[in-house]
Amino acid sequence: MRKVAFAGCAVAIGALSLLPFLWFVLTSWKSATEISAIPPVIMPSFHWDNYRSAIEQYGLLHYIANSAIVASATTLISIVIAALAAFALARFKLPWGRFYLMLLLALSMFPQIAIAGPVWRLLSALGWLNSYHGIVAAYISLSLPFAVWVLTTFFQQLPYDIEEAALIDGCTRWQALRLVVLPLAAPGLFTAAILVFIYAWNEFFFALIILTYPARQTLPVGIALFPGEYTMPWGDIAAASTIATLPLVVLTLMFQRRIVQGLSAGAVKG
Amino acid sequence: VRNSHDPVWRFLLPSFVFVCLFSLYPILDSFRLSFFRMILTLPWLGQKFVGWENYRDLATDPVALGSLATSMIFVAVTTPIEVLLGLAMALVLNESFRGRGWLRAVVLVPWAVPTVVASQMWRFVFNDRYGLFNYLLFGDATDRYWAPLAEPGLALMSIMVADIWKTSSFAALIILAGLQVIPRELYEAANIDGANAWQKFRHVTLPLVKPALLLALLFRTIDALKVFDLVFVMTQGGPADTTNVLQFYGYKKSFAEGMIGYGSAIAVVVFLISLLLSIVYIRLLGTGLMGKEGRA
Repeated sequence: MRKVAFAGCAVAIGALSLLPFLWFVLTSWKSATEISAIPPVIMPSFHWDNYRSAIEQYGLLHYIANSAIVASATTLISIVIAALAAFALARFKLPWGRFYLMLLLALSMFPQIAIAGPVWRLLSALGWLNSYHGIVAAYISLSLPFAVWVLTTFFQQLPYDIEEAALIDGCTRWQALRLVVLPLAAPGLFTAAILVFIYAWNEFFFALIILTYPARQTLPVGIALFPGEYTMPWGDIAAASTIATLPLVVLTLMFQRRIVQGLSAGAVKG
Repeated sequence: VRNSHDPVWRFLLPSFVFVCLFSLYPILDSFRLSFFRMILTLPWLGQKFVGWENYRDLATDPVALGSLATSMIFVAVTTPIEVLLGLAMALVLNESFRGRGWLRAVVLVPWAVPTVVASQMWRFVFNDRYGLFNYLLFGDATDRYWAPLAEPGLALMSIMVADIWKTSSFAALIILAGLQVIPRELYEAANIDGANAWQKFRHVTLPLVKPALLLALLFRTIDALKVFDLVFVMTQGGPADTTNVLQFYGYKKSFAEGMIGYGSAIAVVVFLISLLLSIVYIRLLGTGLMGKEGRA
């Protein structure tokens, strides 16, 4: 009896998590009549017209390319910068190291609107609105607090002996980081990279205000601003949404354990 | 170990530069701008210093006050539900059973789905003519179908449902991490004392998982205060401003209407509310987190 109740809970949790999204994915393969049918048609006729029209009419590939460029560049630069900072914070007793970590923590909690206007003005003054480097610069600073925290936690867990020996043997800190710490920290770097990538791929608010030219917009902006006032092209939206989500679901399923570890690293550990 | 050839500050400099330019300076500038009247996209019209006028306007602006109330209701309703659901999910995931790996992965799906995609998805579910929500409620009786996103009482609830679906799994992850550090021996001891499942939950699990619950609650609170994507896609703040949360109102004033001074005053208020919450958070949990740094 207890077992049945438990299994029921487990199934309910799985179904509630998965089914709403699955419903949307199925919608992407439905024809317009199937989408508006009452009672709803569950199994689609699996036609690909929505995907074709999302790509041809709405330029989905452009948005994907923009998102891929922005998210990859953000991840790469943010992780390098965060690794440098985390190394210093995790390995050396700094009088203001504690304060810096606190500051980063506080910054990561501030609502985007608190900095949106000035960030817009700054990028506008630099002529960086509607540019990849403009949005990437903003994303780097927004993802840094999180990346530094996760990496600091990871670096603290690495054994210190080899590094200490290297430093005593006359290694510079830079060499110690490059030759000793980074190779050991590869799994941690990878985890942080996945999380930053997911953040940058999903971010909407700053993309919305900084990228106003469709040619530069990322996937979330494209999906949010999908044209259509009275009759929404739901099939096309579902198709675009499925494509936007696919890489993330694959990443999540592949690296589930790491993601869970990384998310809780900044939080409960320690 | 002293090493004067590559001082430590060099490692921190790049992150510090980014943080200063794109986080610290903008926050200070938001404070400054909130005392001015200016149009964002027409900077050549100049900035006029107006003192506390924006704040006075804000205090008497019924839309702003409604927006504050909406944000508070949103936070007060969604976060406890998310933490309770997260706890339930974490308790299930903490047991060992066949297929646990699968369930754990499936639970992460809502978290991995971009918020904008989740917004469109729920907007479709709540569609007034062929949405699944209406079908589950009224079946074939299409004449009775509601338009939840156009109905003042229902729109905010619809957004809450979407938010709860999207973020409960994050709460579950934090709580699960808290459950996993509870030593097995405590449960074994409780078994020997003849405790039943409820007693074990009440007297062993709950007290020990409390910090994780609190942490999840605070994370969710701070995050729920920032809700924007769902509102932007599902309702644009409507109908009749009933879903016009603070972050959306600030966006609308600053960027849609270009009233950057007034928008900044809203931003400052949101900032102060968040600051208060983060201070509470750091006070409660931060000190424990900081204990381990600095080994050299």
